[in-house]
Amino acid sequence: MSGLITTPNLANPDALYAELVAMAGDLSAEEALNRAARLILLLANHIGDPAVVSHAIQLAVAADQAD
Amino acid sequence: MATNPILVIGAGPVGLAAALDLAQRGQSVEVLDAGHSVSDGSRAICWAKRTLEIFHRLGLELVPSGITWQRGRVFKGARDLYQFDLQPGGLQQQPAFINLAQADVERALLDQLAGLGVPVRRGHTVVGVAPRDNGVSLEVETADGQLTLDTPWLLACDGARSTIRRCLGLPFKGKVFEDRFLIADVRMAADYPTERWFWFDPPFHPGQSALLHRQPNNIWRIDLQLGWDADPDHERQPAQILPRLHQMLGDRAFELVWASVYTFQCRRIERFAHGRVLFAGDSAHQVSPFGARGANSGIQDIDNLVWKLDRVIRGASPETLLASYDLERIEAADDNIGHSTRSTDFIAPKGPWAQALRGAVLDLAATHAFARPMVNSGRLSQASVYRASPLSSADTGFAAGPKPGMAIPDAPLGDRWLISSLGAGASLVRFGATLPAPDLTGIDVPADSVAWTRFDATPGTAYLVRPDGYVAARSRTPTPDWLATATARAMGASQ
Ligand SMILES: Cc1cc2nc3c(=O)[nH]c(=O)nc-3n(C[C@H](O)[C@H](O)[C@H](O)COP(=O)(O)OP(=O)(O)OC[C@H]3O[C@@H](n4cnc5c(N)ncnc54)[C@H](O)[C@@H]3O)c2cc1C
Repeated sequence: MSGLITTPNLANPDALYAELVAMAGDLSAEEALNRAARLILLLANHIGDPAVVSHAIQLAVAADQAD
Repeated sequence: MATNPILVIGAGPVGLAAALDLAQRGQSVEVLDAGHSVSDGSRAICWAKRTLEIFHRLGLELVPSGITWQRGRVFKGARDLYQFDLQPGGLQQQPAFINLAQADVERALLDQLAGLGVPVRRGHTVVGVAPRDNGVSLEVETADGQLTLDTPWLLACDGARSTIRRCLGLPFKGKVFEDRFLIADVRMAADYPTERWFWFDPPFHPGQSALLHRQPNNIWRIDLQLGWDADPDHERQPAQILPRLHQMLGDRAFELVWASVYTFQCRRIERFAHGRVLFAGDSAHQVSPFGARGANSGIQDIDNLVWKLDRVIRGASPETLLASYDLERIEAADDNIGHSTRSTDFIAPKGPWAQALRGAVLDLAATHAFARPMVNSGRLSQASVYRASPLSSADTGFAAGPKPGMAIPDAPLGDRWLISSLGAGASLVRFGATLPAPDLTGIDVPADSVAWTRFDATPGTAYLVRPDGYVAARSRTPTPDWLATATARAMGASQ
């Protein structure tokens, strides 16, 4: 597969979650979407490997049908 | 039937180039066009290097009458976001681009055709098409009544609204972009640099995009995005256009020469070759103008098609060679449609998510280099690549340089240029190789030419180049057998 890590890989998941909430927590949906889009682009560029990003996109889309 | 000329329908840039190429190869050809003059209004202005190379081969020197440019600048709001240079390496005979009105290009083609005595019959409207064995019958309306004409080969260059396509019942499928653009030509004395300027969300036209491009004789092309809700009939009125232009140009005096409101589409027919009817240009494929891929790709169609058709008519190649036109130029059309679609989607993002992503790219691009290549204001036309060409031979042993299926780069050869040294047939470009080139144009690259680097050549390397300047095969250790096999394949011999 692509090498995308989907097993727990964060030393402190609660802290990261809180940081992500704080990034856009007090914004409107539209403003938050803009900030989230910037974050995605920064991370995607860091990852570089298009297969890893494509795999993550697939999993993000597939989670729609999760329940 | 054998004595009837080839008929080219449509005296746009594509049909005229086709007729000229055919006539220069000694074929008897005539052009019919429904209209009475060259293109009116303003359509294509940007002519790409590949097109200029093809025009040069056809005897047209347009560079002196056009505006030469190679740099673009992209703005977000009032901020200068970044610049690009389309030809940083230099040392090529033709510039990256010139700007010149489509009507002037058509006039130059007509002059060449007149010199060769090729008839261009205006006021001839094709109204019916009947393919027959080894040819086509046409119904043509003229001021003097209706004619029936027979031709062994019909080139359908009758544009985006092609009658011939409709007569053959061929669907023209694709995507409409739900947006409207005001395209205006203005005359004004201005000293902006000769660059393509594109704005996202400019202060003079908030929330939309704008494009400014220089043409000869103090004419400037301006594109203003209007949004899908704009009423095209209302937006076409000078009373509506002039204030928009004043917003952009400030107190500078200008004269409105021409303007219209467009919606753009990207679409194509499924196949371009239908027996003796061959489609080329906008009749076969249509793109949005961001990237200047319309007329430029149509001229590349002709460059690909005409040498093949000439060989087939002479009996030098089997008729199946024309299947490679279909394959190669459909690949090119899909590439052009892909690029124009992505550019148009970036310029006119639809829905909250596409808008957020586009905004994110523009916000990041100001400070972060990584985001700049994602900013898409049009990816400008280049020579297409034929990745799966049946005319190409297997490629081994090269790390760089043009692969089989790619157009060769130009380079100076002493006092000549490589591309303009190519023959009307296939050529063998030799880098210190001694291989004889029977029936080919042999070109020996001098030791000090930058072509060695551009072709990743080592002493002994040879490239077999098709009549359209595309690589068919290359080898570091070429032998007469290699050359014979590769040439036969490139000329469509059955494998
Ligand atoms: C605003 C705008 C800007 C553009 N900018 C660029 C650019 O910068 N660079 C670029 O490469 N492209 C550009 N294009 C696209 C370019 O104009 C077209 O791709 C180009 O004109 C296609 O050439 P063509 O010869 O295939 O068709 P056309 O130029 O449309 O010619 C078709 C001809 O066929 C004739 N005809 C039609 N039906 C019949 C019939 N039944 N019988 C006889 N004759 C018939 C017509 O009279 C016409 O003369 C632009 C287009 C627009 C609208």
